[in-house]
Amino acid sequence: MTQTPTPVAESSTAPSDLQDERLIRPVGARENVAAQIKRIRTGDLGALPIVIGLLLICVIFEIITQANFLHATTLSSILFLYCAPVGVISVGIVLVLLLGQIDLSVGSMSGASAAIFTVVYTTGHLPEWACIIASLVAGCLVGLFYGFLFVKFSVPSFVVTLAGLLSLLGLQLLVLGPTGDVIMPPTSFIVQLGQSWYLPWWAAYLLALIAAGGYAATALLRSRARNRAGLSVPSSLGVYIRAALMLVGLVVLITYLDPPDSPLGGFGFPAQNDGFGVSTAFAFLVVLVVIMNYALTRTRWGRSVFAVGGNVEAARRAGIRVNRIYISVFVLCAFLAALGGLMEVGLLGSATLSTGTDNVNLNAIAAAVIGGTSLFGGRGSAWSALLGILVIEAIQVGLDQMQLNSYAQYIVTGFVLLVAVIVDSLSRRSRVAAGRA
Amino acid sequence: MTLVSKASPAKHETVDPVLSMRDVSKGFGAVQALSRIDLDIFPGEVVALVGDNGAGKSTLVKILAGVHPQDSGTITFHGKPVHIPSPSASRALGIATVFQDLALCDNLDVVSNLFLGRELGGIALDEVDMESRSWELLRQLSAKIPSVRIAVASLSGGQRQTVAIARSLIGDPSIVILDEPTAALGVAQTAEVLNLIERLRERGLGVLLISHNLADVQAVADRAVVLRLGRNNGEFRIADVSYEDIIAAITGATDNVVSRREAAVHAANLEKKK
Repeated sequence: MTQTPTPVAESSTAPSDLQDERLIRPVGARENVAAQIKRIRTGDLGALPIVIGLLLICVIFEIITQANFLHATTLSSILFLYCAPVGVISVGIVLVLLLGQIDLSVGSMSGASAAIFTVVYTTGHLPEWACIIASLVAGCLVGLFYGFLFVKFSVPSFVVTLAGLLSLLGLQLLVLGPTGDVIMPPTSFIVQLGQSWYLPWWAAYLLALIAAGGYAATALLRSRARNRAGLSVPSSLGVYIRAALMLVGLVVLITYLDPPDSPLGGFGFPAQNDGFGVSTAFAFLVVLVVIMNYALTRTRWGRSVFAVGGNVEAARRAGIRVNRIYISVFVLCAFLAALGGLMEVGLLGSATLSTGTDNVNLNAIAAAVIGGTSLFGGRGSAWSALLGILVIEAIQVGLDQMQLNSYAQYIVTGFVLLVAVIVDSLSRRSRVAAGRA
Repeated sequence: MTLVSKASPAKHETVDPVLSMRDVSKGFGAVQALSRIDLDIFPGEVVALVGDNGAGKSTLVKILAGVHPQDSGTITFHGKPVHIPSPSASRALGIATVFQDLALCDNLDVVSNLFLGRELGGIALDEVDMESRSWELLRQLSAKIPSVRIAVASLSGGQRQTVAIARSLIGDPSIVILDEPTAALGVAQTAEVLNLIERLRERGLGVLLISHNLADVQAVADRAVVLRLGRNNGEFRIADVSYEDIIAAITGATDNVVSRREAAVHAANLEKKK
């Protein structure tokens, strides 16, 4: 046996991360496509199953409802509008799932937050922003309490938040008790945001431009930094193609949603001026997801969240303050649940004894899982909240249009959740077999 | 075989030890796990810590790693007496411990694992800098990792050990403690890790190698410190001793099951030759 330290090829032209001879380097368009297909076959599915699922749902409902489902009115005024509150809550669920924990009380938390907000607003004569802050602070305190119990007494999060589910439901009934249902004036900021604010056409197109431009700019900047450091650089043609596709896709979607007064107009399909454009609440959800994705993938905090979810002991030994990570995530989750509750108030125009009790909890958790976040911690993405909630709401809107009762909605949503989990475990199995894990 | 130790020539007279333990004792309840242990580690030297199960190897490692402090005795590090109350204190001194379970996050890629808890960059992580430094480090160790952007879960046992050892070097330690680094590895992977240990020595680090495998110890270590039932039971320069001497020290006597069997086999061989 001989020691053969692999000679570092100083003169080699290959980037320093591609010098290993065992690496498979696809060259040219055909090999790149083949490599992509192999990646998917070996279980690195990414968002593919969920996107295919969403397309299937759209096509099926479009056929069943005879072209009512993809109607611009439906999309802009129902689907995207209804996604926002539970979608926001689901972003928080993604965070706790990444840690391998769970928060079962998000529904009750949103209901309690809705109750606190409306009661303080109608009886306290405080400005609306103060009431919003009061609700959100209440959410943070609840999260802090969960985190404290979890960290100090090692009570499983399942039990802590199950207790929270009951207690917060009690709090909601207590707060709303004397007044019962509280109806918010339609002029209030929250109701406007939830129901009637749509982005002006120029803002919607501007956002699309910023998204595509931002993607291209960050990708090119990163390429330049990698190039300077002697690392491999993804093809800039690919970056341009992806940015262009993104821009075209967003512009087509926005135009289809038909923002009022837009010089581009809708597609006049099926009728002119039938959409409302992009709802502000939905745009808010998308921006929230983008920010959370950034925080999870590009900051020290996000890296720590994944590390704790993957191997707590390793994270602790690496010097990560594990307790702080747990507490921060429980606080964020409860905060987002409270925020979702406020958006629910805006959407429905009132807070009732049943706000947040129905299936908010399960939908928020199912959305995160359907979107591809693992229940076992360490794997997932903020985007899964958005994709998952789109699937769930699409099913509910479609079944509503078919005038099926809630029993069908529960059955179908449950079935979709099951399929999503099966796809997840199948892809995990083939990931392991292909050495991706 | 080129994995023969290059026994460092009489370092002890010229260089001061990086780390010395004197009279260190540690008890757990009624059990005295370590009593009056002495240990020196010199820079650029691989010290093997050997002993049977229950000899106190793990306890000694845990004291140095800051998992639990000793009851009595002194530890001096670079000539200064130190106190190691916590794992972070141990790391801050410059003692890097690679535990047997490696403590890697399987879901994260190699770069993330190497820099876990010590990420570079401000609010946003500097992925490019971390990646190029990872390559630099892995090349210095001649580590055979095909890509640093794959999840650690998909690496082989030897590669995972390599990542864990490489990670211990990120904080620029003066001593690396390896707990059973070859325990779960195949032949080729063991050789890879042994190469790695020699490279650590070439970098001037003191290495404390805990191993049950005497072949590994003889291959890379300069010195073997034997513990038996919580006490020092001999210290050998590997170049000067035989396998049997170490075995005798580990088991506590020349007259024991292992050496008797060896002797019997030896005698039988002699008998045959006649």
